[in-house]
Amino acid sequence: MMAEYYLKTPISEDEVRKLKVGDVIYITGIIITARDSAHARALELLSKGEKLPVDFNGLAVYHCGPVVRKVDDKWEIVAAGPTTSIRMEVYEADFIEKTGVRVVIGKGGMGSKTAEACKRFGAVYAIFTGGAAALASKAMKRVVKVEWIDLGIPEALWVIEVENFGPLMVAIDSHGENFYERVNREIQKRLKEVVYPKIGL
Amino acid sequence: MSVNLASIVERAAILLLKGATTMLPLDVKQALEHAREIEDNPLAIAQFNAILKNVQIAENEGIPMCQDTGLIIFYVSLGENFPLKGSIYNVLRNATIKATKEIPLRPNAVDIVTKRNSGDNTGRFVPWIELEIVPDSDILEITAFPKGGGSEAPCIAKVLSPAQGLKGVKKLVVDVVAEAAAKPCPPLSIGVGIGGTSDIAMKLAKKALLRPVGVRHENPFIAKLESELLELVNLLGIGPHGVGGKTTALTVNVEYAHRHPAAYPVAVAFNCWAARRSKMKIYSNGDVEFVTHKQLNELWR
Repeated sequence: MMAEYYLKTPISEDEVRKLKVGDVIYITGIIITARDSAHARALELLSKGEKLPVDFNGLAVYHCGPVVRKVDDKWEIVAAGPTTSIRMEVYEADFIEKTGVRVVIGKGGMGSKTAEACKRFGAVYAIFTGGAAALASKAMKRVVKVEWIDLGIPEALWVIEVENFGPLMVAIDSHGENFYERVNREIQKRLKEVVYPKIGL
Repeated sequence: MSVNLASIVERAAILLLKGATTMLPLDVKQALEHAREIEDNPLAIAQFNAILKNVQIAENEGIPMCQDTGLIIFYVSLGENFPLKGSIYNVLRNATIKATKEIPLRPNAVDIVTKRNSGDNTGRFVPWIELEIVPDSDILEITAFPKGGGSEAPCIAKVLSPAQGLKGVKKLVVDVVAEAAAKPCPPLSIGVGIGGTSDIAMKLAKKALLRPVGVRHENPFIAKLESELLELVNLLGIGPHGVGGKTTALTVNVEYAHRHPAAYPVAVAFNCWAARRSKMKIYSNGDVEFVTHKQLNELWR
């Protein structure tokens, strides 16, 4: 049944392979935010053989565009909940393969390409409550640095030190299980079998 | 001495945005609490707990409840005898810039051409201002409506054929909600606009989202349609953040206009659980009254 894990970055492949859909994890260490533009730029650079300004290997990538403020020349995270992950579906499989990232954090679910990459390369996709930004920020201790700020605050790479960031629920594990794929099939089934007849369709 | 109305409106609008982004309207908060009470799926209860804890932290600390503080939209009802008129556009623009810095908000205005984020939540036509003139009134009423991007993604406007009619409306609503599933951060507030033209239908759908949870349309036929749509949507069992559960939507609000005989336009608009809106009234003498967020009246004085 569902288990609880406290993980410290860098996270090993063995640790990730233990995780199953429904498990709850808390992460301590370094997570890095990346949304649409950051994923696109990262893959573009990597395809040209260039290096990224941060090493994602063994870390967690967080689908998040935070609210931040600068106090005395230092950035602070004000609010930082997850954004809709499916937008990154076109990038994530390549991103996992090329960066060695172990945990992808977001909300709303991801598709079969990401699930396949999680299986092949040893990674998981985990969700935090969508938009629960004030709550999420409580686990964020400091901004280590920010890269690609030219993409704008929401799209930049925010390197954040976190302590027990969670609860995160594993929604795709490294064994081919995809929580939301199953849920979405059930929703479509109820739509056709329960809801349509009530409308007279 | 005459009051500087422009400065009052600007300061009040900053506070209005603060209220909208950091405090959930009471009707939405109560609806979320009720949804938690009636829920028996443990995964859903865990999501409700996180949401409500988050709402409390945001309110206590005055920080945004969601990192996506939205594209800034103002609905303005301008009494024809209110002393300020055209200058309101600039006043609200300046208020947006200052609110972005002071609260702070996330800059969310990206230029289509240069792809650059303006950094202050303003840009071409942004903040968007919907203005209506109210006859025989000297009151300025403003609703701040910061619109999140995630719940904007599944919004849809479609022109059905009149033969499809209401049945087509119902099908469109349940189809779109089922397809969106966890993505727009349920439990949702759903606005449905029917009639007019395609653009008008979407405007009506958005306007329907301004109505509080639990307040039904004054037309009993439409009110019944709202209840029916809510029941249908909740039968999908999507639940909070798509983990399954009884409450997929907190409310379905419908607004309508007369339509062209040959067309049956429908639009469906979404708000996430963080259904943010904040309304105030400003009187000609400079008095300000915060309507949806009474707590703001204390901060104003």
